[in-house]
Amino acid sequence: MAGRTLYDKLWDSHLVTQRDDGSALIYIDRHLLHEVTSPQAFEGLALAGRTPWRLAANLATVDHNVPTENQSAGVSAIEDPTSRLQVQTLDQNCDAFHVTQFKMGDPRAGIVHVIGPEQGATLPGMTVVCGDSHTATHGAFGALAHGIGTSEVEHVLATQCLVAKKMKNMRVTVTGPLGFGVTAKDVILAIIGQIGTAGGTGYAIEFAGEGIQSLSMEGRMTVCNMAIEAGARVGLVAVDEKTIEYVQGRPYSPQGADWDRAVEAWTDLVSDSDAQFDHEVVVDGTVIEPQVSWGTNPEMVTGISGHVPNPEAIDDPIHRGATERALKYMGLKPNQPIESIRLDRVFIGSCTNSRIEDLREAAQVVDGKRVADSVIQAMVVPGSGLVKEQAEKEGLDVIFREAGFEWRDPGCSMCLAMNADRLGPGEHCASTSNRNFEGRQGAGGRTHLVSPAMAAAAAIAGHFVDVREWL
Amino acid sequence: MQQFVKETGLVVPLDRANVDTDQIIPKQYLKSIKRTGFGVNLFDDWRYLDPGEPGMDHTKRRLNSDFVLNDSRFSGASILLARDNFGCGSSREHAPWAILEYGFKAVIAPSYADIFFNNSFKNGLLPVILAESEVDTLFALATGETPVEITVDLQSQTVTGPEGFSASFDIDPFRKTCLLEGLDEIGLSLKDADSIKAYETKRAVDAPWLFRD
Repeated sequence: MAGRTLYDKLWDSHLVTQRDDGSALIYIDRHLLHEVTSPQAFEGLALAGRTPWRLAANLATVDHNVPTENQSAGVSAIEDPTSRLQVQTLDQNCDAFHVTQFKMGDPRAGIVHVIGPEQGATLPGMTVVCGDSHTATHGAFGALAHGIGTSEVEHVLATQCLVAKKMKNMRVTVTGPLGFGVTAKDVILAIIGQIGTAGGTGYAIEFAGEGIQSLSMEGRMTVCNMAIEAGARVGLVAVDEKTIEYVQGRPYSPQGADWDRAVEAWTDLVSDSDAQFDHEVVVDGTVIEPQVSWGTNPEMVTGISGHVPNPEAIDDPIHRGATERALKYMGLKPNQPIESIRLDRVFIGSCTNSRIEDLREAAQVVDGKRVADSVIQAMVVPGSGLVKEQAEKEGLDVIFREAGFEWRDPGCSMCLAMNADRLGPGEHCASTSNRNFEGRQGAGGRTHLVSPAMAAAAAIAGHFVDVREWL
Repeated sequence: MQQFVKETGLVVPLDRANVDTDQIIPKQYLKSIKRTGFGVNLFDDWRYLDPGEPGMDHTKRRLNSDFVLNDSRFSGASILLARDNFGCGSSREHAPWAILEYGFKAVIAPSYADIFFNNSFKNGLLPVILAESEVDTLFALATGETPVEITVDLQSQTVTGPEGFSASFDIDPFRKTCLLEGLDEIGLSLKDADSIKAYETKRAVDAPWLFRD
């Protein structure tokens, strides 16, 4: 038998039934829920008189809408009535259907893609789905994980399965070693810059090579998180010792004899050496520099030493038009040096970069310095209550506060501005989030995607700088 | 689910690549706990000149006359013509909900983002994939002086229009059946309940740590 990819193995081990028409039912081990994409699914379930197929597979939390100030005041204190109702609706649905939920204010609550791995609710070899495109994050554990829509949320609740069609296999090999001061975020932005926002459409991408293996688990999560920004619903990294070490001892992780059996099974979660990929891409990791996005989608990105592109130099009319429109929206000039872009706000957080290592990386840069006077607001939003607690134990909150950063409660926050945290029209933001679409962080807001270290340095300098010179 | 069999209607040309779901339906409208009410906020940031918030009376908002959806010639259109990677970004099903509620029954583009594509089928919105050159031809037809009507026929998997335009498209047979018959996918899957239970029994032996409920 020909060798199988990691994705092939995960698919095979979850195939419930293959239908004649090419569709298949695959089994879902873990279903994560949040308040935005679940209310209509619970409503559909109730209207059809159905109940969840397997309650224990579900774990819910509130993240998109929650305020990042004063969460201890409780849900009733959420000012925006529509946000409050959405949060209350998840609470009510989880109570009514007996779904385990970490409610707002519970230290275990936080961004759904942070708490899954943190709790050990995400395990190697699992299928993990959530009504959120950044579910690809969990692929860092050798789990088959991807975002689904609300109809599918209802389907998974009702059947514990998903109607699926097998994706194609792509491998993105990042050579190494990575340069000094280059982070996981820079790696994934560089990959997207190379293959484009639709480069991975229809594929499950396995990230491999020294440039990926050398990353910590949290770094690998950052990479897989943004697979969707390259068009791939699934990002994967093979299981190794780092994976197993990270998983061990977490609340939902297997214990005792189960642990030993699980570890034995997980060691097979790698692509066979003779596995065939439908598409292979090699990215030279040794030349990646800290990245900054300049445009309105994540492929519009370049290195810190680079410049904003000149549309006149682009032949393809659709590409040229998109670039012109992006520069107009972003208020940037052709050929403008990236370092000359001045920032109004800085956001450190999101499911891409709000874990403890991200906060350490940023704190190291700001330690003993001050946010530039020209920056209106610099904020740090930890990914979960537990990340916040850990950071406070390490004194990171003090470093941030003394530098002039706001230290907030956990949530999605300014990544998509569903709560009160947002950009004003025309404001430039150095953001550790994942999408720089028009209006994403607030109507008219201008997002520049960067690593936590780059965001921290930009906050201090007031414009983009090469953080490697500061380390 | 809403059926899709055949649609004849006006085409709106939305000439941009990589139209993301934040443009299709901005996040402030995702706070709704309902499936309806999104149509008036479809392409909100492009369609209106003033910033939109949930609950606003859209009839009092200032329209962006430069945006194609506001061109009165396309009023009542039911087919949206778009470019590559339409629907990229988030998994929000509010995107197809908004498109359908506005009145579109089908989208035509050279390619779509995976999650949007999938979500569309679950709601009876047909995302047709045509070759780049065929889409170019349709753009040329649709951006002329007079708006054009075309027909999307799912049964025959064809798109036909003026000046002899005719193109065929591929579609997964399962999805085609579901759309033609407006099937309840959950009900269909539950017919396989025995297979699901059998899988669980076997999996609980192979990977017992996944079943310590």
